[in-house]
Amino acid sequence: MNNQEQMQAGSTAVTVPGATTARRSRTVQILLEYGIVLALIVLGVALSFLSPVFLTLDNLIQVLLQAAINTIIALGMTFVIITAGIDLSVGSTAALSGMVAGTLMVGGMPWPLAVIVALAVGLLIGFINGFLITRLRITPFIVTLGMLSVVRGMALVYSNGRPVYGFPESFNQAFGGNLGPIPTPVIVAAVVAVISWFVLRQTRLGEYTYAIGGNAEATRLSGVSVARYQTIIYMICALFAALAGIVLTARLRSAEPIAATGYELDAIAATVMGGTSLFGGEGGVVGTIIGALIISTLRNGLNLLNVQSFYQQLAIGLVIILAVALDRFRQ
Amino acid sequence: MSSVATQTNSAESGAPVPVLRLTGISKAFPGVQALSDVHLEVIHGEVHALIGENGAGKSTLMKILYGVHQPDTGTIELNGKQVKIGSPHQAQQLGISMVHQELNLIPSLDVARNIFLGREPSRGAGLIDWPRLYRQADEILTQLHINLNPRTLVKRLSVAQMQLVEIAHAISWNPSILILDEPTSSLTQQEIGDLFNILRGLKARGTSVLYISHRLEELEQIADRASVLRDGKFIAAVDARTTPIPELIRMMVGRSLTQQYPKESMEAGAEVLRVEHLSRSGVSKDVSFSVNRGEIVGMAGLVGAGRSEVARAVFGADPMDSGKVYVEGREVNIHSPNDAIAAGIGLLPEDRKLDGLVLVLPVKTNSSLTVLERFSSFGVVNHAKRDSAVQQAVGELRIRTPSINFRVRNLSGGNQQKVVLSKWLNSQPKMLIFDEPTRGIDVGAKVEVYNLINQLAKSGVGILIISSELPEVLGMCDRILVMHEGHLVANLPRAEATQESVISYASGEKINE
Repeated sequence: MNNQEQMQAGSTAVTVPGATTARRSRTVQILLEYGIVLALIVLGVALSFLSPVFLTLDNLIQVLLQAAINTIIALGMTFVIITAGIDLSVGSTAALSGMVAGTLMVGGMPWPLAVIVALAVGLLIGFINGFLITRLRITPFIVTLGMLSVVRGMALVYSNGRPVYGFPESFNQAFGGNLGPIPTPVIVAAVVAVISWFVLRQTRLGEYTYAIGGNAEATRLSGVSVARYQTIIYMICALFAALAGIVLTARLRSAEPIAATGYELDAIAATVMGGTSLFGGEGGVVGTIIGALIISTLRNGLNLLNVQSFYQQLAIGLVIILAVALDRFRQ
Repeated sequence: MSSVATQTNSAESGAPVPVLRLTGISKAFPGVQALSDVHLEVIHGEVHALIGENGAGKSTLMKILYGVHQPDTGTIELNGKQVKIGSPHQAQQLGISMVHQELNLIPSLDVARNIFLGREPSRGAGLIDWPRLYRQADEILTQLHINLNPRTLVKRLSVAQMQLVEIAHAISWNPSILILDEPTSSLTQQEIGDLFNILRGLKARGTSVLYISHRLEELEQIADRASVLRDGKFIAAVDARTTPIPELIRMMVGRSLTQQYPKESMEAGAEVLRVEHLSRSGVSKDVSFSVNRGEIVGMAGLVGAGRSEVARAVFGADPMDSGKVYVEGREVNIHSPNDAIAAGIGLLPEDRKLDGLVLVLPVKTNSSLTVLERFSSFGVVNHAKRDSAVQQAVGELRIRTPSINFRVRNLSGGNQQKVVLSKWLNSQPKMLIFDEPTRGIDVGAKVEVYNLINQLAKSGVGILIISSELPEVLGMCDRILVMHEGHLVANLPRAEATQESVISYASGEKINE
């Protein structure tokens, strides 16, 4: 571990002539601070030694593509978890949104309009989550666990359990194609990341997100309409999930009512690995992106190494626990 | 100062070997020398007060004694034998118990189970011997003359009763040294009296008590000796019964404070707040009062008399069943804190950690939470504008923080309170309600808070101070309201209010109006 740290420190340190040891130790400190970055780098370095394919441009783009959908959902989850909440309904929301968009497009609606309707469905689900949590004062875990099932049920009922396909090619290209060498899902994820960063760091909503998670009562007593902001945050989360569902639909060229099953767990894993505290008040966009990248890098690497998918499941679980344990240890 | 020290030395010359002797204790944390060369001696069966301002090193010293921290240098002797205390567990085995300032009880368990948590009497095979557990708990409570049923759930107890459970828990280890960290900060006079009786009982049994407190007035009643710390250094050990309070303060702050309660008389202006017939089921009944511009009004009463509840209802934190609130003569409808703030009312809550601050967030966020709209357009925060406003408030209130990006959790109590105050100053209120404004704050910082309150009053803000510290209410307020069991029972001008009159109203012996 120590050697690796030094190695990383050496390779990343700014190569100012005569860089002082103080600067060097500061680099080490930053890496420790973002232990998760270190974990990603170590993983990347290890995989480049183990597989000749890993460190090729095509494969790295593949890693980003694999991370894109989870990143979009996880960024919404980051907002919610910073408020000390949780949203288990995101996978179902993604599926329903995809179903709605798909069905409408096949029915002849212009795709941009279909996408807008699907996103609106997401917002509505987020609003219901927020309403139940803030007005009926049911805990987020229970509300969104219920909605996980309700929304999935709606997707199944709406589609009669059957997948829908045959979308306009322009839709497939817009959300599941390429722009030059870069897949559009990656671009969508990047845009969502920039927006999320901006909202969390530069806006009042962002400040209140942290404040609510840190101490909702003190925030309320400071005159902030906590219930309103909480509802908005669940709406953002569901909106991102709906967007992810559209991207997924375009990539698969098909909308399936059972799509995105279990995605909520990947999103929570990425968020928590990225250092967002389940107790609220702490966390951010960069960590979540790194968390999502670790998961996709690991999946990609294990595929390259021909590891059976059963073992992949096992390995990813262990890495999640290890990453969070390392973080605790650091503190 | 040296004269004081020699005086005590000579007084001690005939005394027995101390139970506890700390010699030359130093401890540094990154960036701070928390303690340097500190000495402390505690004699068998004495109540020894440890006093000093926040940041003087009292807590660090007690954490070293309790095995939480290891000293960099120095020795600890127990009954003449040098010991190493590696953990709280070891401390307890060596006969040192501690009651922390924050309560560490499990609300959903009953009194007896809290007292014996983690070392329940066993029948073997992991089974708990319940009858023995309740019997032993009962014995301890009886011994301490604590009138509590061991089967009562802790969440049903008052704060004072919880404190007593903590003490019973500490005593159940049968310690020779008991450390109490600010045990009276949330107790009423009556409850403090009960606590002191229990401490006297412990003393009689030969237990030594190390007593940390900010309430210097208490010391002559309960403490035998007092050790003073300032800036991590040992200043003196003095006789607590005879040393006058101003002298203690001088040793603590290193200068003399001209006045403990810097009251300034001001001309009261027009009415700023009027509350009429405020009722809330179970907590307050038909409460009416008013506060004028520039006036400092105190609200006294026993804990549970409904004072904080009245404040919370006026501020919209809790709903009121009936009643009207007028600001500058106009009726305002208050359904949420947001409404109250819009009407110009601010509240500094009783529990600043629970209700006043977001501890994990930095000073700047906390300080601007009430007025973030003012520093933002279209929802986007103008950081430069906000930061400079916060920076200015930090300067004006003399908040001691390394930077405005510093988490408030790591500030001292006094500075935390000033951060709470700063968020209200930013909102430019007409009326500010202070609920226990100086609880857990050291003397120096208290005076600063009082001066800030004076300044606010002078600038025309109406002030209501709710306080359980009578001297504070009597010392700072122009007029004193007294509550008893949800009713407002007295409205006394400063000249008529005495300790005795306020207590007799608060306890329900006397009723006027």
